[in-house]
Amino acid sequence: MRETFPVTINGATRQIARGTTVAVAMLLAEQPCRLSVSGEPRGALCGMGICFECRAVVNGIPHRRTCQILCEQDMTVETNR
Amino acid sequence: MKPFDILIVGAGIVGSAVARECALIGWRVGVIEGGTPAGGATAAGMGHVVVMDDSPAQLALTAFSRSLWQRDSGKLPKSVEYETCGTIWVAADDEEMVEVHARREVYEEAGVETRVLTAAALANKEPNLRRGLAGGLLVPGDGVVYPPAAAAFYLAEARRLGAEFFQARAMSASQGQVLLSDGVSLVADRIVLAVGTECDLLPSLPIQKRKGHLVITDRYPGFLHHQLVELGYLKSAHKIADDSVAFNIQPRQTGQLLLGSSRQYGNEGPEAEPEMLRRMIDRAKQYMPGLENLSVLRVWTGFRAATFDKLPLIGPAAGLSEDRSLWLAAGFEGLGITNAPGAARLLVDAMLGRKSAIDAEPYLPARLMEPARLAHA
Ligand SMILES: Cc1cc2nc3c(=O)[nH]c(=O)nc-3n(C[C@H](O)[C@H](O)[C@H](O)COP(=O)(O)OP(=O)(O)OC[C@H]3O[C@@H](n4cnc5c(N)ncnc54)[C@H](O)[C@@H]3O)c2cc1C
Ligand code: FES
Repeated sequence: MRETFPVTINGATRQIARGTTVAVAMLLAEQPCRLSVSGEPRGALCGMGICFECRAVVNGIPHRRTCQILCEQDMTVETNR
Repeated sequence: MKPFDILIVGAGIVGSAVARECALIGWRVGVIEGGTPAGGATAAGMGHVVVMDDSPAQLALTAFSRSLWQRDSGKLPKSVEYETCGTIWVAADDEEMVEVHARREVYEEAGVETRVLTAAALANKEPNLRRGLAGGLLVPGDGVVYPPAAAAFYLAEARRLGAEFFQARAMSASQGQVLLSDGVSLVADRIVLAVGTECDLLPSLPIQKRKGHLVITDRYPGFLHHQLVELGYLKSAHKIADDSVAFNIQPRQTGQLLLGSSRQYGNEGPEAEPEMLRRMIDRAKQYMPGLENLSVLRVWTGFRAATFDKLPLIGPAAGLSEDRSLWLAAGFEGLGITNAPGAARLLVDAMLGRKSAIDAEPYLPARLMEPARLAHA
């Protein structure tokens, strides 16, 4: 079993396995990474840092590309609005 | 072909505003555009609808034009993103605060509402400004638009009222006749050149290109509430010779921040210059250190059509051309978005012999008759 630790996604804390990207954690939590200008939910598309669709607020910093960031213990992640 | 009452060359915001104004009085209007409508300076500009007091004539035209934007605000489609966010002229020190009070008087005399902000009031309105600034002057009636959408609205209004659109370049325009690049020849009582910075139809047009850089960030709703301009802006915008940068930042409806601006002569290449961008961003960070942590999406450049006295050319081409069919609506430098509706009104007033709401004389092209007076001739 891989080590897990708590990550808070849109206010709900869940256990995430070490090595998981933030984008995948958001998928697991069924939360959109961001909302488009017209309010549509968006999530990871390319998974490799090119498309910028996976931007979210990570530890209070907006517009982070979550497919490029690994989850860490006690991280907070929010949908970028 | 039946002659037009008027042919307008150029469908930037100025030509489009003129087209609407002419269509509204029932004229038969033709609009000629060689590129994408609103794809010139209008697509590059910032869209700050602002009263500027760098000269009495500029003050009169910007205040008049702003009142027309306000009057139209109910009719503008959502895409124009018209918002009365107000301008704050930011004073860095006590010396600039003296300037704030002086400007307030000039604006009040012209009937433009303003409010002096203390250092605390400024910090309260824009918490992301650095501490230690002296205060500012709030001009609540100023606004912001998305210029290409505004131009598209004017053009669509003109076409709805019957104006015809020709997608072609005008190769010549004289004696009431315009020859298009596709071989078509059009005839009209009057021709308006609303050609932005392009002078090939009338080489005597006393216009120079003045390059500007802009930067747009990702969306950060709530970071900024007003358009902020450093009070030193006029000083730097007025220096004819040197390259200059000034802190000028605009909140877009999307939450994006549009950051200006540079002013440069002599470089007519469209490339974005890292050195100018660095100077602009450094300047902005002196006022808003938090910009450091924001991400930029795009940078681009555009060209302002500058005249030596910084006023536009609105009226008959007399003085620059013997051709009595030629009229001008050009040379709007950094204020063509603001001034488009006012300029359109003045031009049509002049054509009809109608009295204008403001004195149109300072903008008559004839004042620039001697090309030798051009600073950069
Ligand atoms: C960086 C920057 C920031 C700015 N910020 C602001 C601001 O905040 N507020 C403000 O009020 N103004 C601002 N401006 C100024 C404003 O953008 C311009 O003054 C305005 O867009 C000019 O509009 P125009 O219609 O005269 O010119 P353009 O938009 O350039 O339109 C001219 C049109 O004529 C066409 N044309 C030319 N020759 C021919 C021909 N022979 N045949 C057919 N078509 C032809 C061109 O293709 C073009 O589409 C800014 C400008 C820049 C560069
Ligand atoms: S999913 Fe494309 S950049 Fe992250």
